[in-house]
Amino acid sequence: MLRYTLGRLLGAIPTVLLVIALSFVLVRAAPGGPFDAERAVSDVVEKNLRAHFNLDAALHVQFVDYLGNVLQGDFGPSFRYADQTVSELIAGSFPTTLLIGGMSLLLALLIGVSAGITAALRPNTLTDRLVMTLAMSGISIPVFVIAPVLVLVFAVKLNWFPAGWSSTSDASRLVLPIVSLALPQIAYFARLSRASLIDVLNSDFIRTARAQGLSRASIIRHHALKPAMLPIVSYLGPAVATVLAGSVVVEEIFSVPGVGQYFIRGALNRDYTLVLGIVIFYAVLIIVANLIVDLVYRWLDPRIRQH
Amino acid sequence: MKLNRYFLAAPFALLVLVLALSSCEQRDAAEETPSFLNRALNSDPDSLDPQRARSTQSADVIRDLGEGLLGYAADGELVAASAESWTVSEDGLLYTFTLRDGLRWSNGEPVTAEHFVFALRRLVNPETAAFYAEQISVVVNAAAITAGDMPVESLGAEALDARTLQLRVEQPTPVFLYLLTHPSTFPVNPEVLQQHGDDFTDPENYVSNGAYRLESREIGSVITLTRNKYYWNAANVAIERVRHHVVADEMSEINRYRAGELDMTSTVPTAYFEQAKIDFPDELRVAPTLAVYYYGFNMTQPPFADNPALRQALSMAVDRDQLVNKVTARGELPAYSWVPPGVDNYTPPEFAYSNLTQEERNEMAQSLYRQAGYSESNPLRVELRYNTSDVHRRIATAVTAMWSDVLGVETQLIGEEFRVLLQNIREGEITQVFRSSWTGDYTDAVTFLGIMAPGATWNLTGYDSEEYGELIAQAAAQTDMQARRLYLEEAERVLLRDHSVVPLYFYVSKQLVSPRVLGREDNPLNYHYSQYLSLVDTEE
Repeated sequence: MLRYTLGRLLGAIPTVLLVIALSFVLVRAAPGGPFDAERAVSDVVEKNLRAHFNLDAALHVQFVDYLGNVLQGDFGPSFRYADQTVSELIAGSFPTTLLIGGMSLLLALLIGVSAGITAALRPNTLTDRLVMTLAMSGISIPVFVIAPVLVLVFAVKLNWFPAGWSSTSDASRLVLPIVSLALPQIAYFARLSRASLIDVLNSDFIRTARAQGLSRASIIRHHALKPAMLPIVSYLGPAVATVLAGSVVVEEIFSVPGVGQYFIRGALNRDYTLVLGIVIFYAVLIIVANLIVDLVYRWLDPRIRQH
Repeated sequence: MKLNRYFLAAPFALLVLVLALSSCEQRDAAEETPSFLNRALNSDPDSLDPQRARSTQSADVIRDLGEGLLGYAADGELVAASAESWTVSEDGLLYTFTLRDGLRWSNGEPVTAEHFVFALRRLVNPETAAFYAEQISVVVNAAAITAGDMPVESLGAEALDARTLQLRVEQPTPVFLYLLTHPSTFPVNPEVLQQHGDDFTDPENYVSNGAYRLESREIGSVITLTRNKYYWNAANVAIERVRHHVVADEMSEINRYRAGELDMTSTVPTAYFEQAKIDFPDELRVAPTLAVYYYGFNMTQPPFADNPALRQALSMAVDRDQLVNKVTARGELPAYSWVPPGVDNYTPPEFAYSNLTQEERNEMAQSLYRQAGYSESNPLRVELRYNTSDVHRRIATAVTAMWSDVLGVETQLIGEEFRVLLQNIREGEITQVFRSSWTGDYTDAVTFLGIMAPGATWNLTGYDSEEYGELIAQAAAQTDMQARRLYLEEAERVLLRDHSVVPLYFYVSKQLVSPRVLGREDNPLNYHYSQYLSLVDTEE
């Protein structure tokens, strides 16, 4: 297991380097520069700004300098936000994204999987249909529709939760963003786990277990659930990525100070260092998340372990 | 089926647990007190460093925190701020400011003239790489210092004693006092800067000289200010604490206002404007601002270079009344001049055709169009570029329809991401007609007219009129305000005659302001210092 993990981590190094190199070039290839504004700066001021941010050096020199700094954990100054470095911006905003993303994923996982199991145990009944219809609508309605509706109902009309992050410092501000982010994921988990459990329940080893006279509850608990969770676990990797990077809309609507906002603004502002910093950070994060998923997978499924 | 019940109950139990745990970090309940003003910024301020800040949102916060030699009253009048009085030499080249007695930083230390000199030198220093480095380029040697040709010590700014500051300008500059209201000219405390370096903007280090001090800052979310008890006018600052909330989404601002979480929004989105009139008739504040929305012609390339008749035809064929009443519809004023109304000591001349009816304009436009060599069988094919946004797209669509109906012009609309558009405009190669806007810095006509001078940084069209440049230069050389005004008005007449730009409308500021906020006055710059506001309790 340790050898496998180390091997995977070593194998990730070229991937990360490639990501850095590609984004370094791509972000600079985008038309328009970081100092373009409706109120354009003069050539003299632009020259000073370029010197300040080391943009006047040759591209390969910039890249080597940048890579050297990144290896020391320094993502450099943001071109736009003068008061914080890129590392400070990520360190300041990621915990919020992680809290909201993690909580919504957990919520989605628990509700989604239990709903899916409930449906799978009573296939083609009213319960099943109801759960799956709800799941289907959850997938179909986009977040940018759900979130404002939640705001209207629970913040503006009922006043149960704040409409915006900064309006309070207590936990009530977490509720609406978490729920908005969790709803579509609940649907995915429900559909996945239903299909998977029905599949497992129809397999030979379950029939064998039943033939041996085990109770239905015991079969489900001890024999069916673990293999049924395999697709869920493999979906967790992409789900983590979706929830962590894809929360931009939710962050925007609830004014949540998460990484997503900086990612978008960084791209729009041509804030090269900020965009690069976040891309690298996410690349590493997703590689690690996928590794963890694979490790869990190996633990769940004995067939994979042997190879 | 115990299993299922367990599964369903678990997430809720977990959620409750987390909510309970995280509510332990609750800081204070002061948010409920009536002397807490909640206002919105529509984007995250990039910096609280007066010299490094770029955005208008940063400037809004810095105007609460700091103070320059001069500032603005609630109604937008230019007023003395940290300077108590000043004199200008006979030749208009030497300004001597006397600071108020007993000015203090928020840490209690005295604010001296030396601190202003320090900040101004820092502003023009090439190492600072300040976006607004050229804000005070009229000060002796400022431009040369920014270009790296002279040492910062050579700046024409000198502290004669703790309360006397002398600034030398290179030529008489009637708008100089306005320039000194800009946050980039606000003082910074040299000792704090030296001690904390780049971290001096952190809340635990930040020291300010204005009505408020920085209490806390949640990056990307909210900036909390508390009254600065050392401020010279602290006795007249009514609101104890101010929170500037970052709300990037316009509709979220409205929702938060409706939920009672904001006292002032930063804007009102077009989509909600009609409803706002119904929901909040007494809280919706709309007022003209110093900003013009315009289409520019690329004056360096065909078909618009050397073709004034064509440019005039396109300008005349736009029915601006339709545009502001049917398309933008938030109370904007149709623009028949370049300089908006509301600037001091100036009456904008209007297009010669502005007293004609739209039908008469259309007829004249058609004859100009033919004169320019175009006709139904040989229509003008033109590209109109705008930065992608709903409002810009709708305006471009309407203008395209007008050009097509009146003249038969075939317009291709090209929506581009903002910085792509800016680069295309800057290069001036492929752009033909482009959308842009200009916001004045102060209530003087030159903030609009100056940018169209030949070679000016913000002259986006490539308009290169010697006659115009000469008039602007003449105006700058006048010390007599009446003579200066005549030159400026003449310059605008030339600008309007040449049709390098099509001004479409003048912007308005749109805000929802809670009835519990008193003291907010409309002003053309749309600056609303928190120190002039007060709160009443309207809950009962």
